[in-house]
Amino acid sequence: MQKIMREQLIEKAASLLNNGTVTAVLGWGKGEFDYDVTPAVFKTEEELKAGFVWNDFCGANFSKYLVKKTDRLEGKLLVFLKPCDTYSFNQLLTEHRFDREKVYAIGVPCNGMADIAKIKAVSGEGISAVDTNGEKIAVTTIYDDAPVMIDPADVLAERCINCKSKKHVAYDELLGEEGDVIDSARFDEVARLEAMSADERFAFWQNELSRCIRCNACRDACPACTCEKCVFDNPASGVENKSPANSFEEQLFHVIRAYHVAGRCTDCGECSRVCPQNIPLHLLNRKFIKDINEFYGEYQAGETVGSRAPLVNYTTEDIEPGEVFDRRDK
Amino acid sequence: MRKCSLNAVNEVFAEIAKAAKLYLPVDQADGSAAFKEWENGVTWSSALNTVKSPKDLFFPQTEDLMAFKTEGKSIEVIDTRREVEDFVVFGVRACDVKSFEILDRVFIKEPVDSYYASKREKGVIVALACTKPSETCFCTAFGICAEEPCGDVSAWKTEDALYFRANTEKGEALMKRLEALTEECGEDAVNAQKEKTAQIMKKLPLAKLDTGAFGGGKTEQLFNAPEWDELSSACLGCGTCTFVCPTCQCYDIKDFNTGNGVIRYRCWDSCMYSEFTKMAHGNNRLTQKERFRQRFMHKLVYYPENNDGLFSCVGCGRCLAKCPISMNIVKVMKKLGGKDSE
Ligand code: SF4
Ligand code: SF4
Ligand code: SF4
Ligand code: SF4
Repeated sequence: MQKIMREQLIEKAASLLNNGTVTAVLGWGKGEFDYDVTPAVFKTEEELKAGFVWNDFCGANFSKYLVKKTDRLEGKLLVFLKPCDTYSFNQLLTEHRFDREKVYAIGVPCNGMADIAKIKAVSGEGISAVDTNGEKIAVTTIYDDAPVMIDPADVLAERCINCKSKKHVAYDELLGEEGDVIDSARFDEVARLEAMSADERFAFWQNELSRCIRCNACRDACPACTCEKCVFDNPASGVENKSPANSFEEQLFHVIRAYHVAGRCTDCGECSRVCPQNIPLHLLNRKFIKDINEFYGEYQAGETVGSRAPLVNYTTEDIEPGEVFDRRDK
Repeated sequence: MRKCSLNAVNEVFAEIAKAAKLYLPVDQADGSAAFKEWENGVTWSSALNTVKSPKDLFFPQTEDLMAFKTEGKSIEVIDTRREVEDFVVFGVRACDVKSFEILDRVFIKEPVDSYYASKREKGVIVALACTKPSETCFCTAFGICAEEPCGDVSAWKTEDALYFRANTEKGEALMKRLEALTEECGEDAVNAQKEKTAQIMKKLPLAKLDTGAFGGGKTEQLFNAPEWDELSSACLGCGTCTFVCPTCQCYDIKDFNTGNGVIRYRCWDSCMYSEFTKMAHGNNRLTQKERFRQRFMHKLVYYPENNDGLFSCVGCGRCLAKCPISMNIVKVMKKLGGKDSE
């Protein structure tokens, strides 16, 4: 259950549309089954009332959409941002990827989003309704008249279990109460992988990545991946490929992508959320974040606008490559 | 009709695997299912469907076509094709069975695609009736009968038994091999199950989805519909929908430079990708809206126009479940078809 109600968001959006502050609203659009929410642009109060939703399935991070949606837009676009989304928002501003003047950002508190796969693991297939407005999530299926009641904590998305911050780091206006940066356990799983032998770790990743179908959803949803033309889409690059040609190629794509977003990845979790094969991609990026923290001191991408990530900022105190090498077995 | 006890399925699998490779849905570590080769110790998944469709076994995501080896000024052309051996795909749902009819019309038409055709010739499909469809299923919209799947053999799984009915010569040959492990039986249990599933199908949220607004001859009406803007507006162009789809059939042919030669292979391509229509003169689909429109126009209008009204969607629901932004063919149909589609 979210603290802020859908009606409050609609009221806010409608008033900003009606008084001319914004010309359009980027929000979550109603789907077929309560949980299949699609990012959508709303232009009138009627459209908002008919199709705007805010529930436990509004996981999509809108920050990246701002790049395209504000391009050639007349006036301002209203965007709703959850705490994690605001980090991507700042990071994109740091990289000059959209015009801040064209955006009116409203921070919305978030109690964590639900993972429909986890819900289905409890309720089974055949969902006819999901109600996330109560203390418990009520799931009705066509197979049973009585709804299955689920504790939201049991079906939280991975990234929400490991939420790093309930604090919004960017907004023009905040609805509800501000939260805090949280001490999360998000590096525990990385530490578990680090504790493995190199062979075990290789086997772990090979097994995970062997499921990859190279749909590129991870890259396309990633707010750090905003290149006009990705090397993997460019026939002239020599590495363009539409399928994993072999297991080496499969790993190459992911390793290169992880390196390219290192220091810029805010750990928003979109990659793992969208992967149709449930590959824990966030663990690759989190490994980089953990290393950066350990080598250069705590750094959170997107915490502020304009910050220079340690990897692109030389200082004489920087760790020597040799020291990194020596740590490899620790 | 023949049957065997559910306790004996592994013996049935072992018997099939003696003479042919056997593929069936197996649970993966992440909880989803995939078609995997059966061997002793592998457990048949009870999942409704796999993430990737069984299309992969006939039209693999990547497949070597030929190779070239250079030495000095000579080029040797190498035929990389292998003799395809008999194989059996077990547990294919009715929607996926239908997808092969759609693919056949593309690949087994002059000029015949021998890579695909040879696998279709050697592969035996054992279809499995559905008992617990998902809310994302809408096979009925395309006239597919989930409780009565086609295939070389149709199979039904009840509480305690597995029932088989051979539909083709290939299917009969397979059943003949299983004679000692199965027994002749009546159809009552299967009929009861069919009736039950038919009732469930009517309760599915998409049961009333109607295709009336689509089909051959609708290009002019639909191509310039203003709704495409809104429908495609959030599409990431990732291609997940095309890669999980059992009927998407587009591929690219690529050369992989090995240093002293070339491996020419094909791999699935996606109309959702920016380079898909790149040609010598440039690219004629420059926006995601045009690419997005292509996918749905192909399935709902162009394909039926060229194939006696047959749609090239089977309502398996994979794109509904897997699109990162939850945009899909059902939303497209409801929006473009208006009230008629709901
Ligand atoms: S989203 Fe998943 S399956 Fe798709 S390319 Fe990324 S890792 Fe591979
Ligand atoms: S419709 Fe969905 S799955 Fe298909 S390309 Fe667009 S975002 Fe990806
Ligand atoms: S378009 Fe979607 S529902 Fe239709 S066959 Fe393809 S994946 Fe299945
Ligand atoms: S779409 Fe129909 S045939 Fe396919 S899995 Fe669902 S109920 Fe079965």
